[in-house]
Amino acid sequence: MNRAPAPVSYRLPRAAATPAPATLPPAGLPGMDTAFSRLVPVVSDASGHPVTRTWHLLDNGDRLAELGVTPVGTVLCVHGNPTWSYLWREFVASATDAAANGAEAWRVIAVDQLEMGFSERSGVRRPLATRVRDLGELTDTLGLAGPVVTFGHDWGGSISLGWAVDHPELLAGVMLLNTAVHQPEDAPVPAPLRLALRSSVLGRGTVTTPAFLETTLALAHPPLAGAVKQAYRAPYLGAARRGGIGAFVADIPVHDAHESAAELARISGGIRDLTVPALMLWGPTDPIFSDRYLDDLVDRLPHADVHRFEGAGHLVMEDVDYAAAALTWLGDRALPAAEQNEGEGRWEGGGRNPLWHYLDELQNSDETALIDMAPPGGGAPRVVSWRLLSRRVRQLACGLDRLGVRKGDRVSLLIPPGADLTAVLYACVRIGAIVVVADAGLGLRGLTRAVRGARPDHVIGAAPGLIAARALDWPGQKISVARFPRAAMRALDISATLAEVIALGVDEQLPPSPDPGDTAAVLFTSGSTGPAKGVVYTHGQLAAVSDALYAQYGVGRGTGLVAGFAPFALLGPALGARSVTPDMDVTKPKTLTAASVAAAVAAIDATVVFLSPAALANVVATADSLTAADHASLAGVASFLSAGAPVSEPLLAAAARLMPSASAHTPYGMTEGLLMADITLDGIREAMATTSPSAGSSAGSPSNSTDAPAGPGGVCVGRATATTRIRTSALDAEGHATGALSEAAGVTGEIVVSAPHVEDHYDRLWLTDRAARRGAVPGERWHRTGDVGHLDAAGRLWVEGRLPHVITTATGVVTPVGPEQRVESVAAVARAAVVGIGPAGTQQVVAVVETVAPARRVALADPELAAAVRAAVGLPLAAVLVVPHLPTDIRHNSKIDRTRLGRWAAGILSGARMIRP
Amino acid sequence: MTGASGFLGRAVATEIAAAGHDVRAFQRRPSGVPGVTDLLGSVTAPDEVLRAVAGMDAVVHLAAKVSLAGSPADFSAVNVGGTRALLAAAADAGASRFVFVSSPSVAHAGTSIIGSDAEPADPARARGPYARTKAEAELLALAADSADLRVVAVRPHLVWGPGDTQLVARIVERARAKRLPLLGHGAALIDTTYIDNAASAIAAALEQAAAVHGRSYVITNGEPRPVAELLAGMCAAAGVPAPAWRVPAGAARCAGALIEAAWHIRPGADEPPMTRFLAEQLSTAHWFDQRRTRSELHWKPAVSLDEGFRRLAASYGR
Repeated sequence: MNRAPAPVSYRLPRAAATPAPATLPPAGLPGMDTAFSRLVPVVSDASGHPVTRTWHLLDNGDRLAELGVTPVGTVLCVHGNPTWSYLWREFVASATDAAANGAEAWRVIAVDQLEMGFSERSGVRRPLATRVRDLGELTDTLGLAGPVVTFGHDWGGSISLGWAVDHPELLAGVMLLNTAVHQPEDAPVPAPLRLALRSSVLGRGTVTTPAFLETTLALAHPPLAGAVKQAYRAPYLGAARRGGIGAFVADIPVHDAHESAAELARISGGIRDLTVPALMLWGPTDPIFSDRYLDDLVDRLPHADVHRFEGAGHLVMEDVDYAAAALTWLGDRALPAAEQNEGEGRWEGGGRNPLWHYLDELQNSDETALIDMAPPGGGAPRVVSWRLLSRRVRQLACGLDRLGVRKGDRVSLLIPPGADLTAVLYACVRIGAIVVVADAGLGLRGLTRAVRGARPDHVIGAAPGLIAARALDWPGQKISVARFPRAAMRALDISATLAEVIALGVDEQLPPSPDPGDTAAVLFTSGSTGPAKGVVYTHGQLAAVSDALYAQYGVGRGTGLVAGFAPFALLGPALGARSVTPDMDVTKPKTLTAASVAAAVAAIDATVVFLSPAALANVVATADSLTAADHASLAGVASFLSAGAPVSEPLLAAAARLMPSASAHTPYGMTEGLLMADITLDGIREAMATTSPSAGSSAGSPSNSTDAPAGPGGVCVGRATATTRIRTSALDAEGHATGALSEAAGVTGEIVVSAPHVEDHYDRLWLTDRAARRGAVPGERWHRTGDVGHLDAAGRLWVEGRLPHVITTATGVVTPVGPEQRVESVAAVARAAVVGIGPAGTQQVVAVVETVAPARRVALADPELAAAVRAAVGLPLAAVLVVPHLPTDIRHNSKIDRTRLGRWAAGILSGARMIRP
Repeated sequence: MTGASGFLGRAVATEIAAAGHDVRAFQRRPSGVPGVTDLLGSVTAPDEVLRAVAGMDAVVHLAAKVSLAGSPADFSAVNVGGTRALLAAAADAGASRFVFVSSPSVAHAGTSIIGSDAEPADPARARGPYARTKAEAELLALAADSADLRVVAVRPHLVWGPGDTQLVARIVERARAKRLPLLGHGAALIDTTYIDNAASAIAAALEQAAAVHGRSYVITNGEPRPVAELLAGMCAAAGVPAPAWRVPAGAARCAGALIEAAWHIRPGADEPPMTRFLAEQLSTAHWFDQRRTRSELHWKPAVSLDEGFRRLAASYGR
């Protein structure tokens, strides 16, 4: 609590104390069924003599009885200020519908607190402790038996948790929408509340006028419909009805001396002992209960399932389908007896050695561990021995510990790849701090959203990252890689530099190391749709990633590694490899030249080269500048790998010619599982020579074509890596992957993977995480990739596109990659995208092509081209459109943004103007 | 059967007769369909209608004023009055099935149709006197549906093929005269129905009437194509140059309105060159969800669009 002087007690206008009996709400409020409304008189002896107060509440108990179903438990919903039980209408209705449809039946009781909603106006002040007791007296009167799950929003969160702490014998779970139980020491009271609390404003803002109410109702995203706003206002028309609103604001314990401070402290402390399942559904765009309060709650209930709805705010129940989310969660978690067969059973295992294993083993070795070919600040390549790297990591680890960086703290790393990043990363890992790494390719907006969402406790960065952190008000203590002038340090809010951290930790005293099951990292990369998701890895799982690299590519102790692909490059020290960062702008992979790669290879006698596809393309494009000596260096490479997206055979072949002794690989994977399958150049050629099977797939069966049905096609990405299992989940007519996981050949479906090195979960995205595990084998960890494809008879995986890009025609689903490849076989076509337009289940297929002779404007293909494309594609095409350029995904220049293209094509083909996609 | 002398009517009469039914064809001109008994008369003459339906088990009602222009009263007399008379006569005669041949335009407000199924007919929203009166008539027909008289409405969309004097012949004639404009950029997707498919669908509705009565079905090939491709395909089949000049869609709608207005002032024997209705039809998407039609009528088109173009070309001796 803030140490503010105790102000005089708040005074509210006389109207605030106007008594009025409880009433039933009027009929016709949108979304609310008045049949659930009831009035319940409750006799209280708390004041020494019996006093009766009448509550209005929503209760589906009678309806469940009419349906003849016995509830499995009760959900007790408590609103905050200045709302009323209306906010739970959707949940009451959904729970009742679910029960009527044969699902688990939950009785839902949503109260109007006394002085609020349509409950009695007694004129009596009800501080927090009174309200918690009031609620207990109500549930006693109702004779509520367990199990009970509480559900609170806003200050109803604290009150519901107070009830939870007081009724352990009934409690089965707690659910929360945006709320708070504690004012974090480092944060001011939210500005809207500060304003409302000013004595000059309080009465006028909350009681005399509906300003506080109106401000709250304006917080929905998108804005509330007029009729819904009217419904929220219904019990608060006139100052005499709004006393409770003012009293609630006055009851916010903004300092320790406040009369409700002790009760709030009792509740916020008490919930630390709760072991029942907990759910938090959060709207991060909340000017009152920001992510800071979510952090505080997660700290108190660390086992809670959390879902942050990006874009939703304080009125999260109006912004998103919270009712479905809550019911889903209740089904999964709230009853211990319930069968829990999906995604449960946390995967145990992982890599054999901790990530810092070689840093200990080689701490007295003067062999080279790292080389930066272009260290920050310029100059000659920077060579770091194992001895130095090991010492630096220990010093940094010790220094960070002394600076207050604790196990489980989140540390955002905004440092370009190189020796500094490597040392800081391993130091954090060693002390159990969780590193948050966001792909620079997300762009500033995506990066800001990722860093805010991950709520780092500390930010360690180079100048650009720190400047952005300051300008965009990213949270966390700031530590700078380099020293700046004092004024700049102050301006950027930097509390220490790396040199200072090292000095602080010069005696290398280390805290205990983390366990394999502890969280190690949160990685953010852009998805094909929507905001970036944080992918959480444990130490065991990250160690398993390095084991997989060792098993697949033989990268291990003493291997020379050119680290041109960041995620794998950072694992060099964990593998005992000596790694070199080539001279390039890491945020622009296209800046890597063939000569830079040759120089990096020569610097450490590298035998393994890791590159991204964009970098690989530029290396091939700049091969003319290679000298004889460069060629000699490259001839020593034994294997190279292009990771991040599939590469074409010609590109991989051109790169292989530069490294004639090397075997060329391209792996299949994603942030959630970095190395799931692998294929070599020879493997690609072999796959291209065989026709892919068409059996067992409805994809691409034309209704009117006399040709034989074309196979699903796709890009062959090879066989599963040693510890990975790959299955597919067949698609239904709507394009949903509903089939059981199958290893059968020729089944086109969503690709689902399992491996020790698959990620642990998504960060604060419980629903997303649950969807990614859906239908998994009980007790096993399977990840739904969002890719569609099939396995062939030889066990090879073929990727046919992304799940959201699957086209659902009236005669079956069509995956895009195979048809695109066939369209691209037409001589005049340079590149093609195949998209669906129209309603799901009856979509038409449209080909959009870039021609070899570039088109100057968007047009229908001429009859000859259209006929050639139709003949090649082997399924009915409604139209063939020619464009100057196909739009590509922000991050992968090679990935066509089919979602956007589909919307564009739908517009053109409905008669809209012929604009460019 | 009514309207058996028209392009679609002849095909339907042929199809139904071939299925083994005894067909009596009722219209103003002889149908010329072998094996069909012609009875000449008009649907606007109730006593003639009664005579036509007497003794029949089923009625397939195709006769309509389909012109793109004309006086609203004429449309109403033929399309609404004729349907009313036929429904009454069918009930009188104790017929058990009634197939009402309608048009997708009965539910069309002038905006794009993108993959929708048959929406309810709506005279208030339908554009132009033809669509308005067909909508009224379809509502009448479906309202008359009962356990005794089972009524099905089928709505073939843009029927074409060899021998078509309406759509194909006009397009070809205007293209030959270089007077065929391409509205907008010509990319709007239009679903059409090859003549044989329209006929087999209507025959299927007659067979399935017991199971599907009271409902409406849109009939198409299920192969939408950009309107420019369709026009070019028809022109190529006929050996005339494809339309080369464009009229922006908005401008065409204005022009259509002006021409319609002028036609009312100076009525003549010929059709106006373009009405607002046609302009809209050819510059916005019109394609349909055919899943329900195909599964409930147990029917699917036997002739693809490309095969249809080949047959059209053959009919032009190419």
